Amino acid sequence: MQEPVVSDTRTANRELLDFVFSWPKWFFAVGGALNGLLVAAVAVVILMLMFGLQFLGYSHPVYWGFLIVNFVFWIGVSHAGIMVSAILRLTQAEWRRPVTRAAEVLTIFSLLTAVQFPLIHSGRPWRTMYWTFPYDWNRGAWPNPRSPLVWDPSAIFTYLTSTILFVYVALLPDLALARDRAPNRISRAIYGVLALGFRGTTRQWRIQAIAGLLLSAIILPIFVSVHSIVSWDFAVTTVPGWHNTVFAPYFVIGAVHSGVSAVVTVMIVMRYAFGLKRFIKRDHIDSLARLLIVVATVWLFFFMLDLFFGLYGTEPAEVDTWQRRLVEPPWVVIAITFIICAYVIPVPMWLFRGVRRSFFWMFVTTILVNVGMWLERYMVVVPALERKSGLTFTYGDYAPSLSEFILVAASFALVILGFLTFAKLLPIMPAADIKEGQILADRIKVGRANVPAAMRE
Amino acid sequence: MAKHTAPKRELLALYAEPDQAADAVARLREAGFDDTDVEILSSTPYPEGAFGEGHTKHRLFAFPFAGAACGLAVGTAWVVGAQVSLPIITGGKPVVAVPAVIQILYEGTLLGAVLFTVLGVLFESRLPDGVGLYDDRIAEGYIGVSIMAREHRLPDAQIALEEAEPLDLLSKEGSLMQAPGAA
Repeated sequence: MQEPVVSDTRTANRELLDFVFSWPKWFFAVGGALNGLLVAAVAVVILMLMFGLQFLGYSHPVYWGFLIVNFVFWIGVSHAGIMVSAILRLTQAEWRRPVTRAAEVLTIFSLLTAVQFPLIHSGRPWRTMYWTFPYDWNRGAWPNPRSPLVWDPSAIFTYLTSTILFVYVALLPDLALARDRAPNRISRAIYGVLALGFRGTTRQWRIQAIAGLLLSAIILPIFVSVHSIVSWDFAVTTVPGWHNTVFAPYFVIGAVHSGVSAVVTVMIVMRYAFGLKRFIKRDHIDSLARLLIVVATVWLFFFMLDLFFGLYGTEPAEVDTWQRRLVEPPWVVIAITFIICAYVIPVPMWLFRGVRRSFFWMFVTTILVNVGMWLERYMVVVPALERKSGLTFTYGDYAPSLSEFILVAASFALVILGFLTFAKLLPIMPAADIKEGQILADRIKVGRANVPAAMRE
Repeated sequence: MAKHTAPKRELLALYAEPDQAADAVARLREAGFDDTDVEILSSTPYPEGAFGEGHTKHRLFAFPFAGAACGLAVGTAWVVGAQVSLPIITGGKPVVAVPAVIQILYEGTLLGAVLFTVLGVLFESRLPDGVGLYDDRIAEGYIGVSIMAREHRLPDAQIALEEAEPLDLLSKEGSLMQAPGAA
């Protein structure tokens, strides 16, 4: 099925390192615009620190708004990277080669962005260390490890550390390549230090291969735990609409849905922006689209389970929350939009081969999925808090403020800028992996068909 | 006796084709050099045994288990220590409540496994390595065959490497190949 990449080592090196060692004009324009958004977000955060969370529009009873929605969204996106990369490595899927690095890097920057939001949301970010770090800070008060406030940071810290190390280990051969191809002494010295003297001995390659499998096998359970724990931020509370045992798998599969879609979007952008047309092929997005059909359908199943469990018990508070989500305006509009964007439009389209192999349609549908998945998180978080409950006498309707919109836009800017910076400094495609694919790729004749084959140990 | 204690020196030959590199390895073996003194350098992973080299022995699989044990121990020390240092009784439950902290033990275990695996990768890959001979042309697809030999065996190594028709033959002092037309 795969079309083999047919270029020799020198050509492959030049193409894969082209963006690292060149300075296209659009890089400065895009970087400048993204930095502008980040400056605006910093201004919003400074004002929030001066005037408190009310500056963002929060009031009783809804204190979890855009910030927490965005946190859950970016944690979700971060999941695809490692899932796609780890599963493809473990199964030794040939088409993984151009996909893995971009997916892993997306994970790193999505996670780094996600982490910002609970910190901002705390209102006093510096105090979060009192809640999370295992130290009593001379106050005689240790953090409470029984709280999700500690589970969350421990899971995210583990995931982020593991992902960075995973990427670094896989990056060693490419750092060595960048060292050897560096255009000047300074960059050669920097890449040289980072490459740790990697020379490509048979032993080093063997350890690289085993390390990829080992780390993938260890990181997969971390990936499952992280979004499970994020879901428990909600599920261990007694808030109707959140207190649900299905939340962990529902969140994990939702994360995979939005994350794999994000990987497809990023790959299509990379194909054109970084001049990687010879490496990112229709076969790759076709394979990912097939995966997405399954993932999206499982996600819809868990959404229906969440709804079914909510209604089946006929608990008045639970039914009331679902009524708010699915019947009352403006929530009904959001609910219809998210289902249409996350499932009704993309999945039937992906059933057609022409759509799966079209860069344009895959770009459009995967963007739609993430719009839908962002709204889904909004639907989970806010309506459950808006419900009027007993012994609560002050209510304010939640409406997102301009400041929150700026923070959300800045979060996208941060992820894109991080990704772009990485791609500018380091090979965004695993050159060694791709060249290995060239060595192993062959074509065999079966009857009258000439089909691609890959030899593997 | 002095011959066996003399320091080893390295030679590096560059070949255009994997077959030539495999040929050089075979010739070095025929000349009596030990496999542990021969290294094959490439910018791309080749299947194990492509150059006639033996199976790579390593203990990488032990590292994650050791790391997981350490991670679990550190995680346990932290959660138990934190709960005992600030005993908060909630709902008549024990001060050290395992179900409520099992998430942290789980993350600690896996973090330990990852950290030790990465250390294992560096250790088993013999990194950092700043002393071995290397040539940038390896990044272009050439295959390097490196041999560590004692002074008195260097001529034998050089002959074995040259018989496989290298593109270049390097020592720490520079190229040992004569430029075409040189006297």
